[in-house]
Amino acid sequence: MNKTGAQILVESLLAEGVDTIFGYPGGAVLPIYDALYDADLRHILTRHEQGAAHAADGYARASGKPGVCLATSGPGATNLVTGIANAYMDSVPMVAITGQVPTSLLGRDSFQEADITGITLPITKHNYLVKDVKDLARTVREAFYIATTGRPGPVLIDIPRDVSAGMAEYEDPGPVQLPGYHIKLEPDPEQVTRAVRAIEESERPVIYAGGGVINGGAHEELLRLAEMLLAPVATTLMGLGGFPGNHPLSVGMLGMHGSKYANYAVCECDLLIGVGVRFDDRVTSKIEEFAPNATVIHIDIDPAEIGKNVGVDIPVVGDVRCSLRKIIERLQPRLESRWRDKIFNWKKEYPIEYVENGRLKPQEVIQEIYNVTRGNVRVATDVGQHQMWAAHYYSYDRPRTFITSGGLGTMGFGFPAALGVQVACPDENVVCISGDGSFQMNSQELATAVHYNLPVKVAIINNGYLGMVRQWQELFYNRRYAYTEITGPDFVKLAEAYGAAGMRVTKKSEIREAMEEALRIPKPVVIDFPIEREENVLPMVPPGEPINKMLG
Amino acid sequence: MRHTLAVLVENNPGVLARVAGLFSRRGFNIDSLAVGRTENPDVSRMTIVVEGDARVLEQVTKQLHKLVDVIKINDITADEYVDRELVLIKVNVDPAQRGEVMQIADVFRARIVDLGRKTLTLECTGNDGKINAFEESLRPYGIKELVRTGKIAMLRGSKYTGLQDNGARDE
Amino acid sequence: MEITVAEALVKCLEQEQVEVIFGYPGGAILPVYDALYHSSIRHVLVRHEQGAVHAADGYARATGKVGVVMATSGPGATNLVTGIANAYMDSVPLVLFTGQVPTSQVGTDAFQEVDITGITMPVTKHNYLVKDAAQLPRIVRNAFHIASTGRPGPVLIDIPKDVAQTVIDFKYPEMVQLRGYKPTYRGHPNKIAEAARLIAASERPVIYAGGGIINSRASQELLALAETINAPVTNTFMGLSSFPGDHPLFLGMLGLHGTRAANLAVTNCDLLIALGARFDDRVTGKITEFAPNAGVIHVDIDPAEIGKNVQVHVPIVGDVKQVLQELLARLEKRNDTRWLEQIQAWKEQYPLAYRRDDGELKPQYVVEKLYEITRGDAVVATDVGQHQMWVAQYYRFKRPGSLISSGGLGTMGFGLPAAVGAQIGLPGERVILVTGDGSIQMTMQELATAVEQELPLKIIILNNYSLGMVRQLQQLYCEGRYIAVDFKFHPDFELLARAYGIRGYTLRTEKDVDDLLPGALEAPGAVLVNCLVSAAENVNPIVPAGKSISEAIDC
Ligand SMILES: Cc1ncc(C[n+]2csc(CCOP(=O)(O)OP(=O)(O)O)c2C)c(N)n1
Ligand SMILES: Cc1ncc(C[n+]2csc(CCOP(=O)(O)OP(=O)(O)O)c2C)c(N)n1
Ligand SMILES: [Mg+2]
Repeated sequence: MNKTGAQILVESLLAEGVDTIFGYPGGAVLPIYDALYDADLRHILTRHEQGAAHAADGYARASGKPGVCLATSGPGATNLVTGIANAYMDSVPMVAITGQVPTSLLGRDSFQEADITGITLPITKHNYLVKDVKDLARTVREAFYIATTGRPGPVLIDIPRDVSAGMAEYEDPGPVQLPGYHIKLEPDPEQVTRAVRAIEESERPVIYAGGGVINGGAHEELLRLAEMLLAPVATTLMGLGGFPGNHPLSVGMLGMHGSKYANYAVCECDLLIGVGVRFDDRVTSKIEEFAPNATVIHIDIDPAEIGKNVGVDIPVVGDVRCSLRKIIERLQPRLESRWRDKIFNWKKEYPIEYVENGRLKPQEVIQEIYNVTRGNVRVATDVGQHQMWAAHYYSYDRPRTFITSGGLGTMGFGFPAALGVQVACPDENVVCISGDGSFQMNSQELATAVHYNLPVKVAIINNGYLGMVRQWQELFYNRRYAYTEITGPDFVKLAEAYGAAGMRVTKKSEIREAMEEALRIPKPVVIDFPIEREENVLPMVPPGEPINKMLG
Repeated sequence: MRHTLAVLVENNPGVLARVAGLFSRRGFNIDSLAVGRTENPDVSRMTIVVEGDARVLEQVTKQLHKLVDVIKINDITADEYVDRELVLIKVNVDPAQRGEVMQIADVFRARIVDLGRKTLTLECTGNDGKINAFEESLRPYGIKELVRTGKIAMLRGSKYTGLQDNGARDE
Repeated sequence: MEITVAEALVKCLEQEQVEVIFGYPGGAILPVYDALYHSSIRHVLVRHEQGAVHAADGYARATGKVGVVMATSGPGATNLVTGIANAYMDSVPLVLFTGQVPTSQVGTDAFQEVDITGITMPVTKHNYLVKDAAQLPRIVRNAFHIASTGRPGPVLIDIPKDVAQTVIDFKYPEMVQLRGYKPTYRGHPNKIAEAARLIAASERPVIYAGGGIINSRASQELLALAETINAPVTNTFMGLSSFPGDHPLFLGMLGLHGTRAANLAVTNCDLLIALGARFDDRVTGKITEFAPNAGVIHVDIDPAEIGKNVQVHVPIVGDVKQVLQELLARLEKRNDTRWLEQIQAWKEQYPLAYRRDDGELKPQYVVEKLYEITRGDAVVATDVGQHQMWVAQYYRFKRPGSLISSGGLGTMGFGLPAAVGAQIGLPGERVILVTGDGSIQMTMQELATAVEQELPLKIIILNNYSLGMVRQLQQLYCEGRYIAVDFKFHPDFELLARAYGIRGYTLRTEKDVDDLLPGALEAPGAVLVNCLVSAAENVNPIVPAGKSISEAIDC
């Protein structure tokens, strides 16, 4: 039977198991919205396309399923750019669908024409401009395949209006055939053997685990490996939740704002096992002195990551879970370890801490949120100091419970992402930890939250500054605070203007009660926490220093 | 119709991406594109062969001109010019057929650049027509691999498309 | 003088007489911010980088100066993309600076690294990644030149953090050296003569004037041309305000939502004089039936626009103002009245109209009132949607450049930050934003910027509880199967305004408008007026997709 391109698109999305789309309408996607009218798909209307992209991203991170967003041509499409780049940097499976001007008007600077495939070339895993309605079904199949397999990432499909309005026969396109796209799941046995040998020979192993553990569903294997080796596990920001934060072998985060004991462990280890990581500059800092005495094993699905930033002794290219299993199979559990004991001592000696002085401290806000929620919520954060405190003072014990913008560090990500998380996990509580600067970037999505009754709890860690930048100015620019002081609306009144609940907490003693109440209120809640304004995130590795030279 | 454009560009990083992006974005069809340094190390020359009618060509030229890194464009299609392209072709040849193929090579003044047990690799330079004819005459033997450089071209006689003059006409 | 690149950059900006920068700080751009700390240049801190570009854009449109933007790497840079594309489509001069990760990390997917020069290649007039610190002054000099000359447009400069910290021997170049960039300003005399002959020979000329008139400040010449040859003038959306809205020769806007008089005039003319316009698809409708019997004179600074969409008989590449001056010198006064009588008849037969007898507050009424109160003496910024078209139709612009709106990209969310920029550029003027309930929400956070900068902006929301323009399209093309266009839920805009410390009003009836709007416009400080208008109102007339512009309908 003949269908319109838009109907074919909808069929194809359903065939991929899509149940929710985040989007915003416009002229060039009119046929697609018309097909959605009859479709068994949930559409969430955001208030800005950026919100749609981040919500789809949050949905994907929380559920493991690809997130889908939809926008019109021109400004609709360009408004997705930050969200796409964000998903790309953090390897999030996402399919972005954009409308485009009719093919006859392409390349003529037509009304609301933007060359979105050109624009997104550097920030998508792949993208398509569909010029013939007959290619549409196959394109969608390929897009989902590419987005979700190997190292996941965003794929964009640009659909001219005459293509979505055009007619064709819908046929299931069958399995994908992509001669240029290879994924290696099974690691090379020889490399596995070498890895096993290096592990057996090591006395001071450290596991350095990243987002690849979560993407690859390898958290159980990681736990097994750590417990067999009695090895401390340091995670990247993206890896939080990939290893239980409250596990004795957890040393928390490493790198620029890592714990001292994690960074010391890395500096003194004789074997570093990188699992689904990329030796990012925020982790390694001065790269020549990163794990200087260690043999390095690097396990990753993306061969391009291996050797990109550091020389690797033993590369294991393959699916992280599969690779870990192959390694674990051949290991003997260790019964005791002096190295572990040393780490335990460091943990006691150099805890992450802050000074109480009677004023409201951000650290205690996060700690109290943890105490109230006991790790049983999903946390989404924005970007800045509050993000680091959320990493330090909350313990993430399950994968996909900590949703944050790692690679791109996108302020404004947190709140719309939290909405996506709430859509994916309707029965769980979702807390968004945001900053006064970050929250303002996408505060309009309060309307989305109320409209769809997504009862996200937003904690605004309000210091009246672009705090993280201010901290750098304080430490490295002689306290010259150039344009980092920022004002904002009255967040309580703002929430109320939207029909959400607003609260303000100014004392430590009130945090717990407010948080408990917020969780009881069955609608979105914004809690404003005016905190000590010039509090810093510590410890910190100054830029260019080795990671064991920490301030604080 | 096919047009041959000689495009002088600043030898800046990214200039090829700018030109390639322009063609794809605006839906112009490139037949071939060859790029390399010129007598002036700051300037590269692209020889672009595009398919399209006069209107398309006009747009191609004008849009190219809008790129700040594009210094000068000459459509030399209608002028007298020499053009050359180089092709490498690997053909299946068992020893018995070698002689035949070498004869063909002779006719086209091609050279044998490599010899395998069952293959011959030939190199030939010439204009479009010659290269096409060469390719056709080898096709019956089974072409295993073929690669062309794309065309480069230069005006005949004392005309030139260099930087100094504007019209590319005779002195 | 030995200074860092960051300091040199600030010096360059001072040399270019930059007064205001719209920006948002972050790690990679920190050295530049630190250098700014000591400068007298004003920095306006926005609440989202998108707001910074739109504000710089509004500033540039309002003042004719180059708008300057600063943002950090990664998300800071990508947040600029929509605004850059918007300025590119509407030929607005901007120079944008982005921080970049240190050179040694470029290409490694480092923290907050994106290839912003790659991303913005299709939407900038030109862009630079500064690799050689010594080149910075030259690059900045070139960038301002490229952005502001010829057909203006945005230019982006991406500066790695280590480059910003490098010490160079600073000297601002006196000359611009760009061998690949030489705009043509003077029209070819033969072509101008030919145009003059065509005009003299024509019986039914129409002037079709676009945004190029405003960019080249050619309004006076346009007026002189129209009055000399007694030809009616129609504007593109971008051209509005370039010709007096209350002039008898004015036809109003043409195209998709143009007046019938304008569209009929173009369809029946024998000579179309296109000035700084680009035969955009929203203007031409079915292109084969656009001005089908007319000779076409096309004057534009951008040669690539000429012949891009339609066949042109007399192409003139050059600056519109200069070309018009030379053309005027060759023209005689014409007094043929038959054509003007016909035009007048169309105008009387097909006035713009809307129903007022159903008791609802009509958006058009609000715009008419706004015109009445201001007498066209205000800078009006709009967002994108129906309200934008109602402003185009019912507000009669008097001063060139007094309409600030996103034409080519049609960016919802442009309005508020653009109005912020315009008000900063024109502190003594009355700046009014007319926006929609959908559009305002896109960049509403900039209310905080308006308050922080103490701007007396007047914000009028034509609130139809709907993405009205798309709803209208669904009514027309999708048999009224409305989806994702009706807002079941909105914030209370009046309360919202108060949360930002802004005075808020809610108007529900014509009487409310009559009683309260004048006072609201006079009130000190920023004011937000939420007008609850009829939800079902459509923009009329409208040319259905694929039809000739002479076949407009009402829906
Ligand atoms: C879109 C975007 N712009 C700029 C930055 C640079 N930046 C990083 S952290 C930060 C400050 C964040 O302020 P806030 O949200 O108030 O959080 P705080 O650090 O005060 O906790 C800035 C401006 C960024 N990461 N993202
Ligand atoms: C960023 C962006 N997204 C989507 C569109 C498509 N679009 C054009 S007009 C419109 C509706 C605008 O609604 P509103 O601002 O309420 O104005 P109204 O039409 O109701 O006056 C939409 C969604 C757009 N132009 N820009
Ligand atoms: Mg803050």
